Amino acid sequence: MAFLLIPLVSMLIRAPWHGMRRLLAESQVLTALRLSLECASMATVLALVFGVPLAWVLARLRFPGIGLLRALVTLPLILPPVVGGLALLLAFGRSGWLGQYLDSWFGLTLPFTTAGVVVAETFVAMPFLVVTVEGAIRSADQGLEEAAATLGASRFVTFRRVTLPLIGPSLAAGSVLCWARALGEFGATITFAGNYPGTTQTMPIAVYNALETDPQAAIALSLVLLLVAVIVLVSLRDRWLRAGSAP
Amino acid sequence: MTVVHTAEDGANLEVDAVVEVATFRLELACRVAAGEVLGVLGPNGAGKSTLLRALAGLTAVSAGRIELGGTVLDDAGAEVFVPAASRPVGLLFQNYRLFPHLNVRDNVAFAPRCQGHGRRPARQLADSWLNRLGLAEFAGRKPAELSGGQAQRVALARALAAEPQLLLLDEPLAALDARTRLEVRAELRRHLVAFAGPTLIVTHDPLEAMVMTDRLLVLEAGRVVQQGTPAEVARQPATQYVAKLVGLNLYAGTRSSGGAVALDGGGVLTAAGEALAGPVLLAIRPSAIALHTTQPGHGSPRNVWQGRVIGLELLTDRVRVQVDGEPPALVDITPSAVAELGLVEGTPVWLSAKATEVDCYPPS
Repeated sequence: MAFLLIPLVSMLIRAPWHGMRRLLAESQVLTALRLSLECASMATVLALVFGVPLAWVLARLRFPGIGLLRALVTLPLILPPVVGGLALLLAFGRSGWLGQYLDSWFGLTLPFTTAGVVVAETFVAMPFLVVTVEGAIRSADQGLEEAAATLGASRFVTFRRVTLPLIGPSLAAGSVLCWARALGEFGATITFAGNYPGTTQTMPIAVYNALETDPQAAIALSLVLLLVAVIVLVSLRDRWLRAGSAP
Repeated sequence: MTVVHTAEDGANLEVDAVVEVATFRLELACRVAAGEVLGVLGPNGAGKSTLLRALAGLTAVSAGRIELGGTVLDDAGAEVFVPAASRPVGLLFQNYRLFPHLNVRDNVAFAPRCQGHGRRPARQLADSWLNRLGLAEFAGRKPAELSGGQAQRVALARALAAEPQLLLLDEPLAALDARTRLEVRAELRRHLVAFAGPTLIVTHDPLEAMVMTDRLLVLEAGRVVQQGTPAEVARQPATQYVAKLVGLNLYAGTRSSGGAVALDGGGVLTAAGEALAGPVLLAIRPSAIALHTTQPGHGSPRNVWQGRVIGLELLTDRVRVQVDGEPPALVDITPSAVAELGLVEGTPVWLSAKATEVDCYPPS
């Protein structure tokens, strides 16, 4: 317990409370904070769009290779983010095997752009959403889905009008978790998107940067991230405990 | 999308199919006419629910076909399978399966919405169904705020609002307490009479089967063992399961040309009536058997055999005595007779039954 608490307490003790306003008012900080919030939100939206159908497939369908698919989906959970970033670079980099076509056909470049930050964050954070939602779909009452089918509901309608409302709390919890993970994402982002203030320098990267030039500012930035984490925890407190159980 | 059917055009149901689920195999051929209520009776694991699931399109048949009103719903040979969502089949689940996040009105409006009605017309349709089933006051409630009987009616309203051509009820009263069951049974019967299409009711409650159905089909281990009107099934049960349900002693045996029947389990009984040689079933009402502590004298043609009391159970106004012997029997006598005869477990007794009380019929 102390082991978990001591680092946080020492950060609070060492915090430059007097210069806080000045440190946080610096335009770089605000830019990094806004970029972080925007990218994390975009990544969460992407994770919802792709992750929820994926979670449904994992929870409901049976076909050969589904075990492999599940392993692949959860891989970013345990993969060091730097490795993830490198893998993204090899795939979507300007000379990567997909990236070269994106570049020559559509003029799209992902690495070292804000879009790249979103991609890196989605890659790392989506599994949190998928795993949470998959568990919820799995434990949702399939009998209700059958009842919907006998009443004339297609699979899509059943999902939208029955399954989705039933897993609502878990969906919210998974989204917040995914968003928080995306907000704190460092390794994959810096590897894939780099460290350009204004376009790819998110808060964690700014903290890392500041540590070398202005340690006081680093502490101030970290406190902002800590505050966000506390807000997330408080907002999850109710839902987290109920996650997976239908209301 | 399901076609909306008016209540006038009743369709006939024809089933001749095999359904396999894991190692279980259900084989069934039957026809249910429009407006007819067929009771499907059978012990747990007999295949009753499998039958309903196959009819509803939740399980595909592995051989044979299902036809409703001239439309093929399922044909394994021709690879026809109409999925549940497109079948005009309403299924009332045993535990109702109401959507917990929708109120009563929106539960009932669910099917009309799926059939392409807008939100407002669908709710109006739902309200008319709720009115018809006397549920209007509960329209705004969530399923969790309903009693068992109310939830059952809502589930019925929800199924009927889809305007199905075939109605399936899976143990509709099983989840209700005894008092509610009485009320709901009478009401359900009224609604079923008003329904134009064929209805199947799965049950293992004999009373439910007797009063709510026009015809019974008895399933055991995936096969049809008996079909007939409730009265026929109650009078001449084909298997021990049915005999026990309707409270009869049932013996299988072989009848000789002389009229005596050698029972498969040992013992000989004589039945009156025309000589029917070969394998037969004998049914005797528990109240048609008399008990004696001394050997009764020979009078009218009667069966007399020895046994030993192995159990006594008080039913409302009589005592059911379980007697072991050749053959064993359940005997109903009055409580005062039990006292006069001094019956306790282990008492040796003589049993007698008039030949005219023994119903003899061929096995189905």
